[in-house]
Amino acid sequence: MTQGLSRSTVATVILLGLLAVLPAVFMAMDNEYYVGLATRLVILGIAATSLNLILGYGGLISFGHAAFVGIGAYAVGIPVHHSLFGGFQIVASNNGLFHVALAVVISALFALITGAICLRTKGVYFIMITMAFAQMVYYLFISIDTYGADDGLVIYQVSQVPLIDLSEPLHLYYLAFASLVAAILLVRMIVNSRFGMVLQGAKGNPERMVTMGYNVYRYRLVAYVISGAMAGYSGALLANYEGFISPDMMDWAQSGEFMFMVILGGVATTLGPILGSTLFTVLEEGLQIVMDWMEPAVEPAYVALFGRDLEFEVYWHLPFGLILIFAVLFVRGGIMGLIRGGKD
Amino acid sequence: MANILEIDGLMKSFGGIKATDNVNLAVEENELHAIIGPNGAGKTTLIAQLSGQQMPDAGTIRFRGRDITQVPAHARARLGMTRSYQITSLVMGMSVLDNIALAVQAKDAHSFRFIRSARKIASLRDEARRYLAEVGLADRADAPTVNLSHGEHRLMEIAIALASEAPLMLLDEPMAGLGPEESAQMVAFLKGLKGKRTILLIEHDMDAVFALADRISVLVYGHIIATGDPASIRGNDDVRHAYLGEE
Ligand SMILES: Nc1ncnc2c1ncn2[C@@H]1O[C@H](COP(=O)(O)OP(=O)(O)O)[C@@H](O)[C@H]1O
Ligand SMILES: [Mg+2]
Repeated sequence: MTQGLSRSTVATVILLGLLAVLPAVFMAMDNEYYVGLATRLVILGIAATSLNLILGYGGLISFGHAAFVGIGAYAVGIPVHHSLFGGFQIVASNNGLFHVALAVVISALFALITGAICLRTKGVYFIMITMAFAQMVYYLFISIDTYGADDGLVIYQVSQVPLIDLSEPLHLYYLAFASLVAAILLVRMIVNSRFGMVLQGAKGNPERMVTMGYNVYRYRLVAYVISGAMAGYSGALLANYEGFISPDMMDWAQSGEFMFMVILGGVATTLGPILGSTLFTVLEEGLQIVMDWMEPAVEPAYVALFGRDLEFEVYWHLPFGLILIFAVLFVRGGIMGLIRGGKD
Repeated sequence: MANILEIDGLMKSFGGIKATDNVNLAVEENELHAIIGPNGAGKTTLIAQLSGQQMPDAGTIRFRGRDITQVPAHARARLGMTRSYQITSLVMGMSVLDNIALAVQAKDAHSFRFIRSARKIASLRDEARRYLAEVGLADRADAPTVNLSHGEHRLMEIAIALASEAPLMLLDEPMAGLGPEESAQMVAFLKGLKGKRTILLIEHDMDAVFALADRISVLVYGHIIATGDPASIRGNDDVRHAYLGEE
């Protein structure tokens, strides 16, 4: 236990240390691309950290987390769109604080309303209904032509915030990084609190918690709302990073990716979700590079067979999927489980 | 003496099986009332309806004069009743002390408290340790619950019931699966609680029941065929015929 604890502490320090320093180094080396990659993994890490609160600590297999992220992203895209092109005066704004407030409040409300319904169900029904609500939002935005329908919306101006300029890659990165650290600390505080003990107790044995006198439903609903609000916040950052939003951000496949990040990294661990989002992002990139590099070896046979050029790296999803499945099936406790050396 | 619990015309069927068939029962304040009956008689189903996990098809349950038939389970616990489970029901993924501390914490008005670390709240932890000491598990406090033996799990169930400080304890076969020595320990322990709490005890072990109970009710096929003090139950022909296996 002590050894496991110190090992995960070491892992925390190393990972956060790297995330704190590397992007500045990349920038100094004029390698903006990697700064962007780091920004992406950090933002996804926030979303995964928020999912970990309900999935990892609450045992609630929510399959609709991307909806909250998407709502947060549109909470930036829509006000910016109207501030540039007119209409919808009450939301039209380029003020970042307003964007964040809108992202957090709307996603929290969405979590409250849908959670109140979803949490009345159990098991596979819960998984299905969380997914159904997320798909509902997905189709809603597909149907709104003003915001580009399924083509999405380019965000021509980043959120305006005091002191920093989010169009500067490093500014955006360090805002995201600071947010990630805050998110980790927040989730850590919550799960260790009296509230968190009830949430975790209900994961292990909800009936016992009820007979002890806890209204399990309410505790779960509050956790669901906190988690949704945090995910909404990450969506606001993501919109600023991508400069583009579309309904695809809330597709069920995207929700599945967040679940993979949490499970891959290690459920109910402080660092698991970031490890998951890091591995996810690195694999996504790495596999394309590796496959691009392997292409010359495979290409002649392909050309001979099909008579056209091969773009091998577009098939990166296949090994990616295989690695994920393998990791989930055979690595108990995810990456954090490996780091702790099988001890818990 | 006042009745803490009054059950009137309680009915519960599963398909064709009448698990609870017009049960009428009054439990007096601070008595130890045992319910005996063969396997499948409906004892666990009765407890589940009293604690609110299952809803009766008909009938009423009154706790201290208040109709609680429609009150949800968590709210009943807050009114002052606690139950233990025939099949151990604990949070296996948490430590022994965490489990008991949760039972202690459940007495707070609410647990929407997000800031302080629960494991560092001395009042919660100390009180939980006291209940663990009472059942003899003080030295197991920090062990993961899943590592404890079956007998120790049974004791944890009792510690949780104690920690609730509920005036009414519904105990579903606390001796289930215990060896003779552990059973004797449990009997001694329950004896010590007599007169301090109202205990509705479901038990299979006749020796234990006759040693402990102030009154006994006999449940057969979901129906109470007799209620009385141990001597009258022992002497009751119906009971001997239906349950004690004597012709
Ligand atoms: N959830 C259920 N669904 C269907 N039948 C049940 C259920 N629970 C109990 N029963 C049936 O009700 C009867 C009483 O069961 P139970 O209350 O567990 O008896 P006891 O605790 O006295 O052994 C049994 O015939 C049992 O099979
Ligand atoms: Mg039973």
